[in-house]
Amino acid sequence: MNTLADPAQRPPPPGPPLWLLLELTYRCPLHCAFCYNPTDFARSGPELGTEDWLRVLREARELGAVQLGLSGGEPLARDDLEIIVAEAHRLGFYSNLITSGVGLNETRIAAFKAAGLDHIQLSFQDSSRQMNDFLSSTRTFDLKSKVAALIKQYDYPMVLNVVLHRLNIDHVEEILNMADKLGADYVELANTQYYGWAWHNREQLMPSRAQVERAEAVTNRFRERVGRPMQIYFVVPDYFERRPKPCMNGLGSVFLTVTPDGTALPCHAARMLPGFEFPTVREKSMAHIWLESDAFTHFRGDAWMKEPCRSCPEKTRDFGGCRCQAYLLTGDAANADPVCELSPYHDLVTEAVALADRPSVRDAEKPLVFRSPANSATLIP
Amino acid sequence: MTSHAITGDSRPALDRRFRLQWEAAQKAHVLLYPEGMIKLNSSAGEILKRCDGQATIADITANLEQAFATTGLSNDVIAFIAMAVDKKWVAVLS
Repeated sequence: MNTLADPAQRPPPPGPPLWLLLELTYRCPLHCAFCYNPTDFARSGPELGTEDWLRVLREARELGAVQLGLSGGEPLARDDLEIIVAEAHRLGFYSNLITSGVGLNETRIAAFKAAGLDHIQLSFQDSSRQMNDFLSSTRTFDLKSKVAALIKQYDYPMVLNVVLHRLNIDHVEEILNMADKLGADYVELANTQYYGWAWHNREQLMPSRAQVERAEAVTNRFRERVGRPMQIYFVVPDYFERRPKPCMNGLGSVFLTVTPDGTALPCHAARMLPGFEFPTVREKSMAHIWLESDAFTHFRGDAWMKEPCRSCPEKTRDFGGCRCQAYLLTGDAANADPVCELSPYHDLVTEAVALADRPSVRDAEKPLVFRSPANSATLIP
Repeated sequence: MTSHAITGDSRPALDRRFRLQWEAAQKAHVLLYPEGMIKLNSSAGEILKRCDGQATIADITANLEQAFATTGLSNDVIAFIAMAVDKKWVAVLS
């Protein structure tokens, strides 16, 4: 795609990429069926080396990046994570380790503390060993509980993240009780967003409307009775909304992801968008990527918008929603996110929700496909 | 004294869950916390960077009045600290 030819129509220069997400590796000991990573990750190129990541950090910090997510895959699979954290701290980033906990022992957490890591977000898949281990297709529940204790011991704020979907959303009360028992300071109940593996498994993962409403009511009741400071976020699944989420605050506005092989993306799912040559940090500077590359400039402003977004007074608030969702559902990334009831494709969303209202999907013809290199290889188009 | 009884003798301290720093790219002080950031206006930044748990609000006020060659900031500082306590950015020791 070409950038806009007429300079007068170009949007004003962007602010800094305040949020930098480094997906350090696609390696992961878990096999979660709701992972947002691309299903074809098996064909991803070699991972960046330590020096590349340190250069990415320095260049992004110069542009004004300040919140740093260290994610993956499982970032602990990188044995240079301590070096990356130390450099991030030296540069003034606020660093967030987003982890399954697998690979986090006392030696490593002590090293992260010394290196200046600011925060650890630990994922659980459910409140019971049986469901956690089924949903992640691993035996990790006991280990995660031990890691939670280590996080407290090392005086980190305890942030638990649980991705909700049809198979665990009825356990929200048990999940919150578990979080309370573990001493969580923040709990994110993040309903599944349908990208990557989650998109592939959407039929099996989509909860019914009744499930979502029940879970939200349970959460609200829990908030009233929890006896200590515990911030609970319940992220409503956008398929159940009438207006789209202001995804990434608009592409190219505040968010920059670098994938394990060095591809720079304006959101972690954007690699699916056709027509772009996403720049790689192996060849381009972060300044070029953020300020000049088509992949980052194309969806800035509103010149790319079609109706009904273009003339919509809400376009400055929601930016037309999610480009990836528009593409996945309608085949055109410039369409309105069909979550919006003003979208001519909104039926695609209401139909998916209606399908989720049927009594059981355990009998669905499609099996749940777990994230693994072997399954990924079979899903490469 | 409860944490909400804020006077000139109170000693405000930034809550340990937050990190305050100057961001040149934003020309502002920001408060950083797990996966989030609050951009502060200039007076909020100037007050918060003086909330070290040692200085009293009277000290902070005097220091600001000197730094910005002005007077009569006391009520503004107390009002801001009250708001910051409410938002749990700072705790008040006495």
